[in-house]
Amino acid sequence: MTAKDWIVPLAILAAAVVLAPLPLVAGSYWMALLVNVLMYAVLATAWALFSGPTHYVSLATAAFFGLGAYTMAFLGEKLPLALVYPVAALIGAVIATIVGLSTLRLSGVYFVIFTFGLAELVRQVVTWAEAKYGGTVGRFVFIDVTQQGIYWMLLGMLVLVLLTGFLVQRSRLGWALKAIGEDETVARHAGIDTTVSKVAVFVISATFMTVVGAIMAPRWTYIDPSIAFNPIISFQVLIMALLGGAARLYGPILGVVPLAILFEILQANFPNSFSILLGLAFLVIVYFVPSGIVGLIDQGRDVLGRAGRRRAHPAE
Amino acid sequence: MFLVDVILSGLILGGIYALIAMGLSLQYGVARIMNLAYGEFTIAASFLAYVMFTVAGVSPILALAVAMPASFALNWAIYRVLMTPLVKRAKSPGALEVDSILATFGLLFVVQGILLMIFGGSYVSYSYLAVPVQIIGSTVALNRLLAAGLAVAIALALTLFLMRTRIGTAIRAVSVNPAAAPLVGIDTTAYAAFAFGLGGALVAASGVLVSMFFTFNAAMGVVFTMKALIVVIMGGVGNIFGALIAGLILGLAESLTAAFLDGGLTLAVNFALFLAILLIRPTGLFGKAAR
Amino acid sequence: MRITHPSRRAVVGGIAAAALAAPQVRAQAGPVKIGFSISKTGPNAGGANVTTLPNYQLWLKETNDAGGLKLPGGQRRPIEFVEYDDRSQSEEAVRNIERLVNQDKVDLLLPPWGTAMNLAVAPSFNRGGFPHLASTFFVERQPELVKRWNNMFLFLDRPSTAITALTDLLATLKDKGLGNTVALASVQDQFGLELVSAARAGIARAGFQIVMDRQYPPGTQDLAPIVSEAARLKPDMFLAFSYPPDTLALTEQARIAGLNPKVFYTAVGTAFPLYKQRFGANAEGVMGIGGVDVTNPRIKDYIERHNRIVGREPDRWASTTTYSTLQVLTQAIERVGIDKAALVRDIAANSFDTILGPIKFVDNQRVDQWWVGQWQQGEFVALAPTKVGGTKAPIFPKPAWPTA
Repeated sequence: MTAKDWIVPLAILAAAVVLAPLPLVAGSYWMALLVNVLMYAVLATAWALFSGPTHYVSLATAAFFGLGAYTMAFLGEKLPLALVYPVAALIGAVIATIVGLSTLRLSGVYFVIFTFGLAELVRQVVTWAEAKYGGTVGRFVFIDVTQQGIYWMLLGMLVLVLLTGFLVQRSRLGWALKAIGEDETVARHAGIDTTVSKVAVFVISATFMTVVGAIMAPRWTYIDPSIAFNPIISFQVLIMALLGGAARLYGPILGVVPLAILFEILQANFPNSFSILLGLAFLVIVYFVPSGIVGLIDQGRDVLGRAGRRRAHPAE
Repeated sequence: MFLVDVILSGLILGGIYALIAMGLSLQYGVARIMNLAYGEFTIAASFLAYVMFTVAGVSPILALAVAMPASFALNWAIYRVLMTPLVKRAKSPGALEVDSILATFGLLFVVQGILLMIFGGSYVSYSYLAVPVQIIGSTVALNRLLAAGLAVAIALALTLFLMRTRIGTAIRAVSVNPAAAPLVGIDTTAYAAFAFGLGGALVAASGVLVSMFFTFNAAMGVVFTMKALIVVIMGGVGNIFGALIAGLILGLAESLTAAFLDGGLTLAVNFALFLAILLIRPTGLFGKAAR
Repeated sequence: MRITHPSRRAVVGGIAAAALAAPQVRAQAGPVKIGFSISKTGPNAGGANVTTLPNYQLWLKETNDAGGLKLPGGQRRPIEFVEYDDRSQSEEAVRNIERLVNQDKVDLLLPPWGTAMNLAVAPSFNRGGFPHLASTFFVERQPELVKRWNNMFLFLDRPSTAITALTDLLATLKDKGLGNTVALASVQDQFGLELVSAARAGIARAGFQIVMDRQYPPGTQDLAPIVSEAARLKPDMFLAFSYPPDTLALTEQARIAGLNPKVFYTAVGTAFPLYKQRFGANAEGVMGIGGVDVTNPRIKDYIERHNRIVGREPDRWASTTTYSTLQVLTQAIERVGIDKAALVRDIAANSFDTILGPIKFVDNQRVDQWWVGQWQQGEFVALAPTKVGGTKAPIFPKPAWPTA
């Protein structure tokens, strides 16, 4: 790696260093907002690790998030806290491998709705199993994790997922994913093991989602399958990542931050017309920001490049 | 007889599922719009039927005559105004799907917001044609039987329409290959808009009919959208008959699970069945091979 | 969202007063800011919009029409609401409370609707020392929870208590020809599960026999298989631990399938005005959770006021309970002012005069309440437990459904 290759990782770490001390100065309300932003930032970036380059849109986010939340609910009081997160990661990885292998023949919208159906199946089965064998449908999560603790864990996860994404992008795996995204048949014929590539990145992506679930669970005191496996999470992650631009590593974050701010502004100032205003905002965004925010940046770069010396490289 | 009860109630439930999904089959299958706001229109039609029944005493059957044309026009307009720009600028079918997901997500919130503003969030329910009917030794509710029966009738009528008429063939051409359709003189946009509107008429019909027996509120649209998505994909995109069969299978599975397995697993079995069918036939029961 | 605006004079006066007042006491004039997070949308909206939100609105209007909340010393301050929609999501509820406490700096908080939402916000209420008067909180573990959060006051007793009231009532009908077979149906949610678990034990104690015990996932609106099975078994009692949509669906289906047990019980939703609206005279004899003493003039007056001011009927269970939480709050404020810690102490120690009669907490739990109600001539009256008073005798057996 040349010196230039270190720019992105260093930038990520620098940003983390800047953001880390915030809990010491910011009030509880801002921390709550930041926790929400970070949660979706990690989820959306993890989502785009797989769904960005391959164009396989996954709605299974909630399934893995919920698995992590339930891991915390079950093991949080039985294991030392530091162990629960790796266990959650492991469980997420195992389930993701099974899921990844099962979806290999699916593509397009069939893949999308398959992942949705899968998340719902998990929710139904967990509900039934809990009711029948656990004697309860909800679980109390009385784990002592402060909002600050959650913030720092999520920040750490964001750094990790960005670094992972950066490494994957620059590796053969990343190149294989892009090829799969362009034309999977051609990629296969070119000698890429599409199965291993897809499943590997799907597993990496899902593992992050699972750990986020484990981190967030204590915040809600009580989870049940409809809370932990809430499909809204899947849809919101999808929307935010698509809005920001799923092709770039930092794209999803560019979708998460403005949307989270938009949600907050609307919620705080127009709680009674939240729905309508949010919908209108979406429509405006879709029509005037057609390539996502990443597209806006690229256009901006294009304009500047043309105004300056040579043409900028065309956007992906 | 017990088994007859179970099978019949399963088929009726399945017919209702199919009815709920049929409009989306057209909207997504032909117009290629992944309409996440679909369920909101179901609920809007349900509210319309409710208001007409409780305020003006108009039966839901008559309300169909109001709801369907209104929804056709509204959805046709939505396609022309909101969707055509997206269609025009989409560089690939995938891009259109992404755009339509984002746009209809916004539309979902707008419609839901309007319904909330008018009706609030409370549950709403009324009773119409809730009379027992004897069929082959089994007792079923007339309103549910009617809804299921209409689902079958509509599916057959639509399939005939798509297969046997010129307009239907044009619509199928647009559905199969929107890029090639203009080559044979088909105005893709016009037909896609028509199909989208027709899907709107169907979703209104489903909303009016299910309002006779369901309890609903302004926030329940997403439940219907999700159900419809499952049925449409399971049946195979663009295939009305597939949606009917998929719905019937799901309804039957639910009923059989409740009777013979464990009532708490009904929806789990539904989803498991859905996944299993996709694993065996990756483009749904009657879908064409993936592009 | 602000509902009333402080007048400029009140604000200026308030600032002047604050400059002179003790540090922990806020402006003496000016409105009392009360905030809450409520599920206006999402799956909880149905319950929240019948039981919680209308009562908050009713209280606001009545209190401000009288000039505001009465404080010790006789002065009155109007209430100003700050309300947010949590969209039935725990995360949003948590954030809304953060915003209310740290940004809007509200004086007091009112709770959200439902057990899960109340659990999500309970730690925040507790950290801030806010009195948490929960009227839609209903979970078996609640006694240990109020030990953890002693600012929390439970207006509903536990599911097992509700069931004991039901099974005790059923036992009294034994020598009136009740029979002893029971068909059970329950929604596969924590609520349904806790009730049916308690029911199985209570039924065994009463010497009844369970002939059917079915669960269904929440959201199911087609309950034909369950009802047909019950109809075929011809049980003496049909008990369903259900939510409003399934309550209505079960009742409808029972009529169609000709399920005519001597006792027909559905849980949440039976007490809703929607139930009477949908079934009219067919509701006669149906038992459910809740019930009120309709001869009580205070309750009649409350129902009339609710109708007039909010524009729709309250339900005959948790609506009245929610309103009583506001009465308790009002009376406590009259004694000790807007001092959160003092309010918690006051509520824990004293007896309060509400539309549901006197309320005194035992270990933060309100004990005496009606658990079984029945539709009798267009009103959902309380049947049990009889020791609470104000109950009526049950219509027994339940009249058979008309077939048309």
